Amino acid sequence: MKLTLKIWRQTGPTENGSFESHVLDDVSEDSSFLEMLDQLNEQLLKQGNEPIAFDHDCREGICGTCSLTINGYAHGPENSTTTCQLHMRKFNDGETVTIEPFRAKAFPVVRDLIVDRSAFDRIIQSGGFISVRTGSAPDGNSIPISKVDADKAMDAAACIGCGACVASCKNASAMLFTSAKAAHLNLLPQGQAEKDARVLNMVSTMDDSGFGNCRNYGECSAACPKDISLDYIAKLNRDHAKAKIKEIFS
Amino acid sequence: MFSSSLGKKYLMALTGLVLIGFVFVHMAGNLQVLAGQAQINAYAHSLQSLPWFILWGSRLFLLASVVIHAWTAYSLIIENRKARPDKNEVEVTKRAGWTSLKMGLTGSILLAFIVFHLLHFTIRTIYPEYAEMTTTVGSTGDVEIHDAFSMILAGFKHDIISIFYVVAMFLLCRHLAHGFSSVFQSIGLRSEAWQGKLDLIASGYAWLIFAGFSIIPLSVLAQKHGLYEFYDPSFFASEASEKINTSNLLNNES
Repeated sequence: MKLTLKIWRQTGPTENGSFESHVLDDVSEDSSFLEMLDQLNEQLLKQGNEPIAFDHDCREGICGTCSLTINGYAHGPENSTTTCQLHMRKFNDGETVTIEPFRAKAFPVVRDLIVDRSAFDRIIQSGGFISVRTGSAPDGNSIPISKVDADKAMDAAACIGCGACVASCKNASAMLFTSAKAAHLNLLPQGQAEKDARVLNMVSTMDDSGFGNCRNYGECSAACPKDISLDYIAKLNRDHAKAKIKEIFS
Repeated sequence: MFSSSLGKKYLMALTGLVLIGFVFVHMAGNLQVLAGQAQINAYAHSLQSLPWFILWGSRLFLLASVVIHAWTAYSLIIENRKARPDKNEVEVTKRAGWTSLKMGLTGSILLAFIVFHLLHFTIRTIYPEYAEMTTTVGSTGDVEIHDAFSMILAGFKHDIISIFYVVAMFLLCRHLAHGFSSVFQSIGLRSEAWQGKLDLIASGYAWLIFAGFSIIPLSVLAQKHGLYEFYDPSFFASEASEKINTSNLLNNES
Protein backbone atom coordinates (compact mmCIF):
# COMPACT_ATOMS: atom_id res chain seq x y z
CA MET A 1 0.00 0.00 0.00
CA LYS A 2 0.96 3.60 -0.61
CA LEU A 3 0.69 6.21 2.16
CA THR A 4 1.18 9.93 2.54
CA LEU A 5 2.67 10.60 5.97
CA LYS A 6 2.30 14.02 7.55
CA ILE A 7 4.86 13.97 10.35
CA TRP A 8 5.83 16.46 13.05
CA ARG A 9 9.51 17.48 12.86
CA GLN A 10 11.23 19.44 15.61
CA THR A 11 15.02 19.66 15.95
CA GLY A 12 15.11 20.40 19.69
CA PRO A 13 13.08 21.23 22.81
CA THR A 14 13.40 24.99 22.31
CA GLU A 15 12.94 24.98 18.52
CA ASN A 16 9.62 25.48 16.74
CA GLY A 17 8.31 22.37 15.04
CA SER A 18 6.31 21.92 11.86
CA PHE A 19 4.78 19.21 9.70
CA GLU A 20 6.65 17.50 6.89
CA SER A 21 5.01 15.26 4.27
CA HIS A 22 6.52 12.07 2.88
CA VAL A 23 5.14 9.53 0.43
CA LEU A 24 5.95 5.93 1.28
CA ASP A 25 5.38 3.16 -1.25
CA ASP A 26 5.20 -0.63 -0.86
CA VAL A 27 4.05 -0.67 2.75
CA SER A 28 3.14 -4.21 3.78
CA GLU A 29 -0.28 -4.64 5.41
CA ASP A 30 1.37 -7.03 7.86
CA SER A 31 3.95 -4.55 9.12
CA SER A 32 3.44 -2.77 12.39
CA PHE A 33 3.18 1.01 12.56
CA LEU A 34 6.74 1.25 13.88
CA GLU A 35 8.05 -1.04 11.12
CA MET A 36 6.41 1.30 8.64
CA LEU A 37 8.33 4.20 10.25
CA ASP A 38 11.55 2.13 10.07
CA GLN A 39 10.89 1.72 6.35
CA LEU A 40 10.40 5.48 5.99
CA ASN A 41 13.66 6.16 7.88
CA GLU A 42 15.58 3.83 5.55
CA GLN A 43 14.13 5.74 2.62
CA LEU A 44 15.13 9.07 4.24
CA LEU A 45 18.68 7.82 4.92
CA LYS A 46 19.06 6.68 1.29
CA GLN A 47 17.96 10.14 0.18
CA GLY A 48 20.55 11.65 2.54
CA ASN A 49 17.93 13.12 4.89
CA GLU A 50 17.78 13.07 8.67
CA PRO A 51 15.67 10.11 9.89
CA ILE A 52 12.63 10.71 12.10
CA ALA A 53 13.25 10.26 15.82
CA PHE A 54 10.59 8.22 17.64
CA ASP A 55 10.45 6.21 20.87
CA HIS A 56 10.31 2.43 20.84
CA ASP A 57 11.67 -0.48 22.83
CA CYS A 58 10.05 -3.90 23.36
CA ARG A 59 7.64 -3.72 20.39
CA GLU A 60 5.47 -6.23 22.27
CA GLY A 61 3.03 -3.76 23.83
CA ILE A 62 4.29 -4.16 27.38
CA CYS A 63 7.05 -1.62 28.00
CA GLY A 64 5.19 1.67 27.48
CA THR A 65 8.00 3.30 25.50
CA CYS A 66 6.26 3.85 22.16
CA SER A 67 3.95 6.82 21.87
CA LEU A 68 2.70 8.87 18.87
CA THR A 69 -0.61 10.57 18.25
CA ILE A 70 -1.89 9.03 15.02
CA ASN A 71 -4.71 10.83 13.19
CA GLY A 72 -5.51 12.54 16.50
CA TYR A 73 -5.65 9.34 18.57
CA ALA A 74 -2.96 8.44 21.13
CA HIS A 75 -1.53 5.09 19.94
CA GLY A 76 -3.86 5.25 16.93
CA PRO A 77 -7.58 4.65 16.49
CA GLU A 78 -7.65 1.00 17.66
CA ASN A 79 -8.81 0.34 21.23
CA SER A 80 -6.55 -1.36 23.80
CA THR A 81 -3.54 -1.17 21.47
CA THR A 82 -0.09 0.39 21.69
CA THR A 83 1.48 1.93 18.58
CA CYS A 84 3.90 -1.01 18.24
CA GLN A 85 0.95 -3.43 18.15
CA LEU A 86 -0.96 -1.37 15.59
CA HIS A 87 -0.84 -2.93 12.14
CA MET A 88 -0.90 -1.21 8.77
CA ARG A 89 -3.92 -3.29 7.66
CA LYS A 90 -5.96 -0.89 9.81
CA PHE A 91 -5.16 1.88 7.28
CA ASN A 92 -6.29 2.29 3.69
CA ASP A 93 -4.20 2.45 0.55
CA GLY A 94 -3.66 6.06 -0.47
CA GLU A 95 -4.56 7.40 2.97
CA THR A 96 -2.87 10.45 4.53
CA VAL A 97 -1.76 9.63 8.08
CA THR A 98 -0.98 12.48 10.50
CA ILE A 99 1.66 11.61 13.11
CA GLU A 100 2.28 13.96 16.04
CA PRO A 101 4.09 13.73 19.37
CA PHE A 102 2.11 13.31 22.64
CA ARG A 103 1.25 16.95 23.37
CA ALA A 104 1.34 18.30 26.92
CA LYS A 105 3.26 21.03 28.71
CA ALA A 106 4.51 18.39 31.15
CA PHE A 107 5.82 16.29 28.23
CA PRO A 108 8.24 18.61 26.40
CA VAL A 109 9.32 17.48 22.92
CA VAL A 110 12.92 16.26 22.87
CA ARG A 111 13.12 15.75 19.13
CA ASP A 112 10.55 15.06 16.38
CA LEU A 113 8.14 12.54 17.91
CA ILE A 114 10.07 11.87 21.15
CA VAL A 115 8.73 13.53 24.29
CA ASP A 116 10.24 13.67 27.77
CA ARG A 117 7.95 11.69 30.08
CA SER A 118 10.15 11.95 33.17
CA ALA A 119 7.29 13.80 34.93
CA PHE A 120 5.78 10.31 35.35
CA ASP A 121 9.02 9.10 36.99
CA ARG A 122 8.84 12.00 39.44
CA ILE A 123 5.25 11.04 40.36
CA ILE A 124 6.37 7.43 40.96
CA GLN A 125 9.37 8.59 43.01
CA SER A 126 7.10 10.65 45.26
CA GLY A 127 4.87 7.72 46.28
CA GLY A 128 4.87 4.73 43.95
CA PHE A 129 6.79 2.48 46.30
CA ILE A 130 6.51 0.62 49.62
CA SER A 131 9.14 0.72 52.35
CA VAL A 132 10.06 -2.87 53.31
CA ARG A 133 12.91 -4.64 54.98
CA THR A 134 14.99 -6.14 52.22
CA GLY A 135 16.71 -9.47 52.67
CA SER A 136 15.41 -12.99 52.30
CA ALA A 137 12.18 -13.36 50.36
CA PRO A 138 9.08 -13.48 52.61
CA ASP A 139 6.98 -16.64 52.77
CA GLY A 140 4.57 -16.71 49.82
CA ASN A 141 1.26 -16.82 51.71
CA SER A 142 2.24 -15.00 54.90
CA ILE A 143 0.01 -12.01 54.09
CA PRO A 144 -3.59 -12.94 53.19
CA ILE A 145 -5.03 -10.87 50.30
CA SER A 146 -8.59 -11.27 49.01
CA LYS A 147 -8.94 -12.34 45.40
CA VAL A 148 -11.10 -9.27 44.70
CA ASP A 149 -8.44 -6.86 45.96
CA ALA A 150 -5.62 -8.75 44.31
CA ASP A 151 -7.44 -8.58 40.95
CA LYS A 152 -8.17 -4.87 41.31
CA ALA A 153 -4.56 -4.14 42.25
CA MET A 154 -3.38 -6.21 39.30
CA ASP A 155 -5.68 -4.32 36.90
CA ALA A 156 -4.19 -1.04 38.17
CA ALA A 157 -0.66 -2.41 37.94
CA ALA A 158 -1.28 -3.18 34.26
CA CYS A 159 -0.52 0.51 33.57
CA ILE A 160 2.65 0.67 31.46
CA GLY A 161 3.13 4.42 31.98
CA CYS A 162 3.06 5.28 28.27
CA GLY A 163 1.33 8.63 28.73
CA ALA A 164 -1.54 8.03 26.29
CA CYS A 165 -3.95 9.19 29.02
CA VAL A 166 -2.22 12.58 29.14
CA ALA A 167 -1.99 12.85 25.36
CA SER A 168 -5.66 12.00 24.80
CA CYS A 169 -6.90 14.33 27.56
CA LYS A 170 -7.92 17.76 26.27
CA ASN A 171 -6.50 19.16 29.51
CA ALA A 172 -3.36 16.98 29.59
CA SER A 173 -4.39 15.54 32.95
CA ALA A 174 -2.31 12.72 34.44
CA MET A 175 -5.11 11.50 36.71
CA LEU A 176 -5.48 8.05 35.15
CA PHE A 177 -1.75 7.29 35.43
CA THR A 178 -1.42 8.68 38.97
CA SER A 179 -4.59 6.97 40.15
CA ALA A 180 -3.54 3.58 38.74
CA LYS A 181 -0.10 3.79 40.35
CA ALA A 182 -1.55 4.90 43.70
CA ALA A 183 -4.40 2.35 43.65
CA HIS A 184 -2.08 -0.53 42.77
CA LEU A 185 -0.32 -0.12 46.15
CA ASN A 186 -3.23 1.32 48.15
CA LEU A 187 -5.32 -1.79 47.49
CA LEU A 188 -2.71 -4.18 48.90
CA PRO A 189 -1.89 -4.81 52.58
CA GLN A 190 1.76 -3.94 51.95
CA GLY A 191 0.76 -0.48 50.79
CA GLN A 192 -1.39 0.49 53.80
CA ALA A 193 1.38 2.00 55.97
CA GLU A 194 2.13 4.76 53.47
CA LYS A 195 -1.34 5.05 51.94
CA ASP A 196 -2.20 8.63 52.97
CA ALA A 197 1.28 10.08 52.40
CA ARG A 198 1.45 8.30 49.04
CA VAL A 199 -1.77 9.88 47.75
CA LEU A 200 -0.94 13.37 49.03
CA ASN A 201 2.63 13.31 47.67
CA MET A 202 1.77 11.84 44.29
CA VAL A 203 -1.07 14.34 43.71
CA SER A 204 1.18 17.19 44.80
CA THR A 205 3.97 16.10 42.40
CA MET A 206 1.38 15.65 39.64
CA ASP A 207 0.13 19.24 40.18
CA ASP A 208 3.67 20.65 40.29
CA SER A 209 4.61 18.92 37.04
CA GLY A 210 2.14 21.07 35.10
CA PHE A 211 -0.51 18.50 34.22
CA GLY A 212 -4.09 19.72 33.81
CA ASN A 213 -7.21 18.87 35.80
CA CYS A 214 -9.58 15.97 35.32
CA ARG A 215 -12.94 16.96 33.79
CA ASN A 216 -14.41 13.47 33.60
CA TYR A 217 -14.37 13.25 29.80
CA GLY A 218 -13.27 9.61 29.93
CA GLU A 219 -10.92 10.09 26.95
CA CYS A 220 -7.94 8.77 28.96
CA SER A 221 -9.55 5.41 29.69
CA ALA A 222 -10.77 5.15 26.08
CA ALA A 223 -7.22 5.70 24.78
CA CYS A 224 -5.48 3.52 27.39
CA PRO A 225 -3.78 0.51 25.76
CA LYS A 226 -4.29 -1.39 29.05
CA ASP A 227 -7.95 -0.31 29.58
CA ILE A 228 -7.32 1.23 33.00
CA SER A 229 -10.78 2.02 34.46
CA LEU A 230 -12.01 5.46 35.54
CA ASP A 231 -12.81 3.76 38.86
CA TYR A 232 -9.20 4.30 39.88
CA ILE A 233 -9.63 8.06 39.44
CA ALA A 234 -12.71 7.89 41.71
CA LYS A 235 -10.62 5.91 44.20
CA LEU A 236 -7.80 8.48 44.05
CA ASN A 237 -10.32 11.27 44.69
CA ARG A 238 -11.74 9.30 47.64
CA ASP A 239 -8.35 8.36 49.13
CA HIS A 240 -7.08 11.92 48.69
CA ALA A 241 -10.12 13.42 50.44
CA LYS A 242 -9.73 10.97 53.35
CA ALA A 243 -6.01 11.69 53.64
CA LYS A 244 -6.61 15.47 53.58
CA ILE A 245 -9.29 15.26 56.27
CA LYS A 246 -7.00 13.11 58.44
CA GLU A 247 -4.19 15.62 57.88
CA ILE A 248 -6.40 18.50 58.98
CA PHE A 249 -7.53 16.76 62.18
CA SER A 250 -4.19 15.21 63.15
CA MET B 1 -7.99 21.03 51.54
CA PHE B 2 -9.04 22.99 48.45
CA SER B 3 -5.72 24.22 47.09
CA SER B 4 -4.71 21.13 45.09
CA SER B 5 -6.15 20.11 41.72
CA LEU B 6 -8.32 17.53 43.48
CA GLY B 7 -9.34 20.07 46.12
CA LYS B 8 -10.70 22.34 43.40
CA LYS B 9 -12.69 19.42 42.02
CA TYR B 10 -14.16 18.83 45.49
CA LEU B 11 -15.24 22.49 45.55
CA MET B 12 -16.81 22.14 42.10
CA ALA B 13 -18.65 19.00 43.20
CA LEU B 14 -19.88 20.33 46.56
CA THR B 15 -21.07 23.73 45.28
CA GLY B 16 -22.53 21.94 42.26
CA LEU B 17 -24.45 19.62 44.56
CA VAL B 18 -25.94 22.61 46.43
CA LEU B 19 -27.11 24.10 43.11
CA ILE B 20 -28.41 20.72 41.87
CA GLY B 21 -30.57 20.53 45.00
CA PHE B 22 -31.65 24.16 44.66
CA VAL B 23 -32.92 23.87 41.08
CA PHE B 24 -35.25 21.05 42.09
CA VAL B 25 -36.75 22.97 45.01
CA HIS B 26 -37.02 26.10 42.82
CA MET B 27 -38.70 24.11 40.05
CA ALA B 28 -41.15 22.36 42.40
CA GLY B 29 -42.05 25.72 43.95
CA ASN B 30 -42.52 27.46 40.62
CA LEU B 31 -44.75 24.73 39.20
CA GLN B 32 -47.42 25.96 41.63
CA VAL B 33 -48.08 28.72 39.11
CA LEU B 34 -50.04 26.10 37.15
CA ALA B 35 -52.36 25.74 40.15
CA GLY B 36 -53.43 29.37 39.78
CA GLN B 37 -52.99 32.80 41.23
CA ALA B 38 -53.93 32.11 44.86
CA GLN B 39 -51.60 29.11 45.19
CA ILE B 40 -48.41 30.66 43.74
CA ASN B 41 -48.97 34.00 45.49
CA ALA B 42 -49.40 32.29 48.86
CA TYR B 43 -46.21 30.31 48.22
CA ALA B 44 -44.26 33.42 47.14
CA HIS B 45 -45.57 35.32 50.17
CA SER B 46 -44.60 32.51 52.55
CA LEU B 47 -41.04 32.58 51.17
CA GLN B 48 -40.79 36.36 51.44
CA SER B 49 -42.09 36.38 54.99
CA LEU B 50 -39.47 33.93 56.25
CA PRO B 51 -37.39 35.31 59.13
CA TRP B 52 -34.77 37.64 57.63
CA PHE B 53 -31.80 35.50 58.72
CA ILE B 54 -33.23 32.39 57.03
CA LEU B 55 -34.18 34.28 53.85
CA TRP B 56 -30.90 36.17 53.53
CA GLY B 57 -28.88 33.27 54.91
CA SER B 58 -30.21 31.02 52.11
CA ARG B 59 -29.76 33.72 49.48
CA LEU B 60 -26.15 34.36 50.50
CA PHE B 61 -25.44 30.62 50.70
CA LEU B 62 -26.74 30.12 47.16
CA LEU B 63 -24.96 33.20 45.86
CA ALA B 64 -21.69 32.03 47.46
CA SER B 65 -22.16 28.60 45.86
CA VAL B 66 -22.59 30.16 42.41
CA VAL B 67 -19.60 32.48 42.88
CA ILE B 68 -17.29 29.71 44.17
CA HIS B 69 -18.50 27.29 41.47
CA ALA B 70 -17.85 29.81 38.67
CA TRP B 71 -14.59 31.16 40.11
CA THR B 72 -13.13 27.67 40.58
CA ALA B 73 -14.31 26.64 37.11
CA TYR B 74 -12.55 29.59 35.47
CA SER B 75 -9.33 29.00 37.42
CA LEU B 76 -9.42 25.31 36.37
CA ILE B 77 -10.00 26.29 32.73
CA ILE B 78 -6.99 28.64 32.83
CA GLU B 79 -4.81 25.89 34.35
CA ASN B 80 -6.01 23.38 31.77
CA ARG B 81 -5.21 25.71 28.88
CA LYS B 82 -1.68 26.12 30.27
CA ALA B 83 -1.29 22.35 30.64
CA ARG B 84 -2.10 21.77 26.96
CA PRO B 85 -0.72 24.83 25.12
CA ASP B 86 -0.33 23.12 21.72
CA LYS B 87 -3.39 21.69 20.04
CA ASN B 88 -3.26 18.51 18.02
CA GLU B 89 -3.33 18.94 14.24
CA VAL B 90 -6.22 16.48 14.28
CA GLU B 91 -8.58 16.90 17.28
CA VAL B 92 -10.78 13.88 17.84
CA THR B 93 -12.55 12.19 20.74
CA LYS B 94 -13.48 8.61 21.47
CA ARG B 95 -15.87 8.96 24.38
CA ALA B 96 -16.33 12.64 25.25
CA GLY B 97 -19.31 14.40 23.68
CA TRP B 98 -20.62 17.92 23.31
CA THR B 99 -22.15 17.82 26.80
CA SER B 100 -18.91 17.16 28.66
CA LEU B 101 -16.62 19.15 26.36
CA LYS B 102 -18.71 22.34 26.48
CA MET B 103 -19.27 22.64 30.25
CA GLY B 104 -17.42 25.98 30.26
CA LEU B 105 -19.61 27.39 27.50
CA THR B 106 -22.92 26.16 28.94
CA GLY B 107 -21.81 27.29 32.42
CA SER B 108 -20.88 30.78 31.19
CA ILE B 109 -24.23 31.23 29.43
CA LEU B 110 -26.00 30.00 32.58
CA LEU B 111 -24.07 32.53 34.65
CA ALA B 112 -25.30 35.30 32.34
CA PHE B 113 -28.79 33.81 32.55
CA ILE B 114 -28.72 33.85 36.38
CA VAL B 115 -27.78 37.54 36.36
CA PHE B 116 -30.58 38.31 33.88
CA HIS B 117 -33.08 36.17 35.80
CA LEU B 118 -32.34 37.95 39.10
CA LEU B 119 -32.67 41.38 37.44
CA HIS B 120 -35.88 40.20 35.75
CA PHE B 121 -37.88 38.63 38.61
CA THR B 122 -36.00 39.15 41.91
CA ILE B 123 -34.44 42.64 41.83
CA ARG B 124 -36.85 43.65 39.03
CA THR B 125 -34.71 46.35 37.46
CA ILE B 126 -35.50 45.26 33.89
CA TYR B 127 -39.24 45.91 34.34
CA PRO B 128 -39.55 48.03 37.53
CA GLU B 129 -43.35 47.91 37.23
CA TYR B 130 -43.24 44.22 38.40
CA ALA B 131 -42.54 45.52 41.90
CA GLU B 132 -45.81 47.49 41.83
CA MET B 133 -47.92 44.39 41.09
CA THR B 134 -49.88 43.62 44.23
CA THR B 135 -53.04 41.81 45.15
CA THR B 136 -55.11 41.59 48.28
CA VAL B 137 -55.83 38.41 50.22
CA GLY B 138 -57.38 37.42 53.53
CA SER B 139 -61.01 37.05 54.58
CA THR B 140 -61.47 40.80 54.83
CA GLY B 141 -59.39 41.46 51.72
CA ASP B 142 -57.16 43.98 53.46
CA VAL B 143 -53.79 42.14 53.35
CA GLU B 144 -51.73 43.39 50.41
CA ILE B 145 -49.13 40.99 49.02
CA HIS B 146 -46.92 40.89 45.93
CA ASP B 147 -48.74 39.41 42.91
CA ALA B 148 -46.13 36.87 41.73
CA PHE B 149 -48.70 35.25 39.41
CA SER B 150 -49.29 38.39 37.36
CA MET B 151 -45.57 39.08 37.32
CA ILE B 152 -44.74 35.61 35.92
CA LEU B 153 -47.45 35.89 33.26
CA ALA B 154 -46.31 39.39 32.31
CA GLY B 155 -42.68 38.24 32.30
CA PHE B 156 -43.26 35.34 29.94
CA LYS B 157 -45.62 37.11 27.53
CA HIS B 158 -42.52 38.40 25.70
CA ASP B 159 -41.70 35.77 23.06
CA ILE B 160 -37.96 36.54 23.00
CA ILE B 161 -37.59 36.39 26.79
CA SER B 162 -39.54 33.13 27.05
CA ILE B 163 -37.49 31.53 24.29
CA PHE B 164 -34.28 32.69 26.02
CA TYR B 165 -35.52 31.04 29.24
CA VAL B 166 -36.27 27.74 27.48
CA VAL B 167 -32.88 27.76 25.69
CA ALA B 168 -31.15 28.49 29.02
CA MET B 169 -33.02 25.58 30.62
CA PHE B 170 -31.87 23.29 27.81
CA LEU B 171 -28.27 24.36 28.47
CA LEU B 172 -28.89 23.77 32.20
CA CYS B 173 -30.13 20.28 31.30
CA ARG B 174 -26.89 19.52 29.41
CA HIS B 175 -24.77 21.10 32.17
CA LEU B 176 -26.54 18.99 34.80
CA ALA B 177 -26.28 15.75 32.84
CA HIS B 178 -22.47 15.87 32.95
CA GLY B 179 -22.19 17.81 36.21
CA PHE B 180 -24.43 15.59 38.31
CA SER B 181 -22.72 12.36 37.24
CA SER B 182 -19.30 14.01 37.71
CA VAL B 183 -20.13 14.92 41.32
CA PHE B 184 -19.91 11.25 42.27
CA GLN B 185 -16.65 10.78 40.38
CA SER B 186 -15.01 13.92 41.83
CA ILE B 187 -15.74 13.04 45.44
CA GLY B 188 -14.91 9.40 44.80
CA LEU B 189 -18.32 7.86 45.39
CA ARG B 190 -18.55 5.88 42.18
CA SER B 191 -17.56 2.47 40.95
CA GLU B 192 -17.93 0.77 37.59
CA ALA B 193 -20.97 -1.14 38.84
CA TRP B 194 -22.71 2.16 39.66
CA GLN B 195 -21.40 4.25 36.79
CA GLY B 196 -24.15 3.40 34.30
CA LYS B 197 -26.92 3.84 36.87
CA LEU B 198 -25.53 7.17 38.10
CA ASP B 199 -25.23 8.48 34.53
CA LEU B 200 -28.84 7.45 33.94
CA ILE B 201 -30.01 9.12 37.16
CA ALA B 202 -28.11 12.30 36.23
CA SER B 203 -29.55 12.30 32.72
CA GLY B 204 -33.10 11.66 33.97
CA TYR B 205 -32.76 14.40 36.57
CA ALA B 206 -31.44 16.84 33.95
CA TRP B 207 -34.42 16.25 31.64
CA LEU B 208 -36.87 16.46 34.56
CA ILE B 209 -35.46 19.87 35.49
CA PHE B 210 -35.64 20.98 31.84
CA ALA B 211 -39.26 19.86 31.50
CA GLY B 212 -40.33 21.29 34.87
CA PHE B 213 -38.88 24.74 34.26
CA SER B 214 -39.69 25.05 30.54
CA ILE B 215 -43.38 24.26 30.96
CA ILE B 216 -43.93 27.62 32.69
CA PRO B 217 -42.76 30.01 29.92
CA LEU B 218 -44.10 27.60 27.27
CA SER B 219 -47.55 27.46 28.87
CA VAL B 220 -47.76 31.25 28.95
CA LEU B 221 -46.67 31.47 25.31
CA ALA B 222 -49.11 28.72 24.33
CA GLN B 223 -52.02 30.57 25.87
CA LYS B 224 -50.88 33.92 24.46
CA HIS B 225 -50.90 32.44 20.97
CA GLY B 226 -54.26 30.74 21.62
CA LEU B 227 -53.02 27.14 21.66
CA TYR B 228 -54.23 26.03 25.09
CA GLU B 229 -55.83 27.66 28.13
CA PHE B 230 -53.58 27.03 31.14
CA TYR B 231 -54.55 30.07 33.18
CA ASP B 232 -57.54 32.26 33.96
CA PRO B 233 -58.23 33.87 30.56
CA SER B 234 -58.98 37.24 32.19
CA PHE B 235 -55.21 37.72 32.66
CA PHE B 236 -54.81 37.46 28.91
CA ALA B 237 -58.03 39.29 28.05
CA SER B 238 -56.69 42.53 29.51
CA GLU B 239 -53.73 42.37 27.17
CA ALA B 240 -55.99 41.76 24.19
CA SER B 241 -58.18 44.72 25.15
CA GLU B 242 -55.07 46.88 25.57
CA LYS B 243 -54.15 46.03 22.03
CA ILE B 244 -57.62 47.01 20.83
CA ASN B 245 -57.39 50.26 22.75
CA THR B 246 -54.05 51.08 21.18
CA SER B 247 -55.31 50.33 17.73
CA ASN B 248 -58.36 52.48 18.41
CA LEU B 249 -56.11 55.29 19.48
CA LEU B 250 -54.04 54.91 16.36
CA ASN B 251 -57.19 54.95 14.25
CA ASN B 252 -58.40 58.09 15.99
CA GLU B 253 -55.11 59.81 15.41
CA SER B 254 -55.14 59.04 11.77
